[in-house]
Amino acid sequence: MAEFAFENRIWDTAEKMDRQERQTLQLERLGATVERVAAKVPFYNEALRAAGVSADSIKSIEDVRRLPMTTKEDLRQHYPLGFLAVGREALVRLHGSSGTTGKPTFVGYTAADRELWAGLCARFLVAGALRPEHLVHIAFGYGLFTGGFGLHYGVEKVGAAILPAAAGNTHRQIMLLQDLAADVLVCTPSYSLQIAEVARAQGVDPRELPIRFGHFGGEPWTEDMRTAIEKELNIMAFNNYGLSEVIGPGVAGECAARQGMHIQEDHFIVECLDPDTLEPVPQGQPGELVFTSLTKEAMPVIRYRTRDIAVLDTSPCACGRTTTRMSRVIGRTDDMLIIRGVNVFPSQIEEALLRVEQTAPHYLVEVERPGTLDKMTVHVEIRPEDFSDRMSEMQSLRDRIDREIHSVTGIRVQVDLVAPQTLERSLGKAKRVIDHRKK
Amino acid sequence: MKLNQLSVFLENKPGRLSEPCKVLAQAGINILTLSLADTQQFGILRLIVREWEQAKVELEKAGCVVNITEVVAIEVADQAGGLESVLEMIEAADINVEYIYAFTYRSGDKAIIVFRFENPDAAIETLQGKGVNVIGPVALYDRIGQ
Repeated sequence: MAEFAFENRIWDTAEKMDRQERQTLQLERLGATVERVAAKVPFYNEALRAAGVSADSIKSIEDVRRLPMTTKEDLRQHYPLGFLAVGREALVRLHGSSGTTGKPTFVGYTAADRELWAGLCARFLVAGALRPEHLVHIAFGYGLFTGGFGLHYGVEKVGAAILPAAAGNTHRQIMLLQDLAADVLVCTPSYSLQIAEVARAQGVDPRELPIRFGHFGGEPWTEDMRTAIEKELNIMAFNNYGLSEVIGPGVAGECAARQGMHIQEDHFIVECLDPDTLEPVPQGQPGELVFTSLTKEAMPVIRYRTRDIAVLDTSPCACGRTTTRMSRVIGRTDDMLIIRGVNVFPSQIEEALLRVEQTAPHYLVEVERPGTLDKMTVHVEIRPEDFSDRMSEMQSLRDRIDREIHSVTGIRVQVDLVAPQTLERSLGKAKRVIDHRKK
Repeated sequence: MKLNQLSVFLENKPGRLSEPCKVLAQAGINILTLSLADTQQFGILRLIVREWEQAKVELEKAGCVVNITEVVAIEVADQAGGLESVLEMIEAADINVEYIYAFTYRSGDKAIIVFRFENPDAAIETLQGKGVNVIGPVALYDRIGQ
């Protein structure tokens, strides 16, 4: 067994189940799920009939590909609770996903769902060093967002203590971290850096805070951000993944090896598909993650398209878990660009820029097709500290950006250095891509 | 003995050169000399002005990226071989020159050249030791006047 920074513990024996055995379990659960949704959810009843599939015709795991898909738009069209497979009296909880546009999409939980959710969160928390004697500081919002409650239930399940600090008021968070000496911090990755920054500004060395581990999720982040968080807070940082439509946090999480997030495959079937053709991508290639829930009662989902792009890895893990692992989310299908046949994500550009500098400058990607070939230009705002009166240094800065973008994306782009504050900024989410090509 | 040179980042687009010049004009700051280094996409405008601190503040207020570098003004004979003889000394002393440009101003039979050295202090010491006239800011502004 590999050497880890802490004792490798596995919460649930199902995590190290024999693969063949797990597949048999998945198949059995898939059949039951299809049978239930066909009977209880009008959307699936119709879609399954249109696809000509019934529970009886599912003979192997590969048959999942014959099932109809579910999109966020389908959930919206059946707002607010058209996907429930149980009566409302069976619900114990509702949550909603933050719709960036319009109304949220709601999801329901039965008592058994909530119990399952707690167990799934316990799995990744224990994989990431949580022990019953720890105190966990949760700085996630407790609201419609599934992050706060999901992690809360998981920690409770493990038997550790919770400080439900909730979101906001960073000065107070720092005081609580200092005074109550939490071992583990739970929040979004960017908020952990905010805590470090505010601590430093008020004269507190963030490395001296008692926290030793962090479980971060709720937003995409990069490996460079992990390095920064671990350095700033002197902790070990773990990534976890989930989305409310599937169950919330607990769909996947990292172990001590931190070589991808273990997907809880006894409860979900994962597929990694080309978002255009909907065919599986070759192993090791990025594709859209599609999940089918196998045990949820209130709101099972069949082939839910997450729009999250990641890479799957089925190779054995040093920790002993036998589940498939997923990489970080490297992009969203919404912002995926196909440049001369290669899939490129704005997050990759950001990663490349972070390799050149400590913090990524403001940038804008512009795509056009002047003739028959796609041309991508990356406009990068130069910052005062990057500017030199020497032309050779400016050229070399541009060359370094050029090289890193090529090494991350595999494509050649034109790098254009521009003056600060000249690229368009919109409120909230920065506009990163302008695609001039005709669709 | 060193001059503070302003460098301004410029995008290579129409109108970009006039922006910083307009800022300086409005602040009543006279440009004593300048040089422009450019590529297809961007350029670096280097300026010598008397009120360099004020110029930096004004330019930054207008959104320019400005950087201050120490350069050296050297008097050379305004005749064939004048610059060459100084360059020879510089080369012989193994001093690294990043770039040079000239002042439009001349006094008598002398021209003034701006040198950006990798190590300006070492360069000044060497050149003065060889009898070359290095012109400090006070003397320079005195000569050029307003």
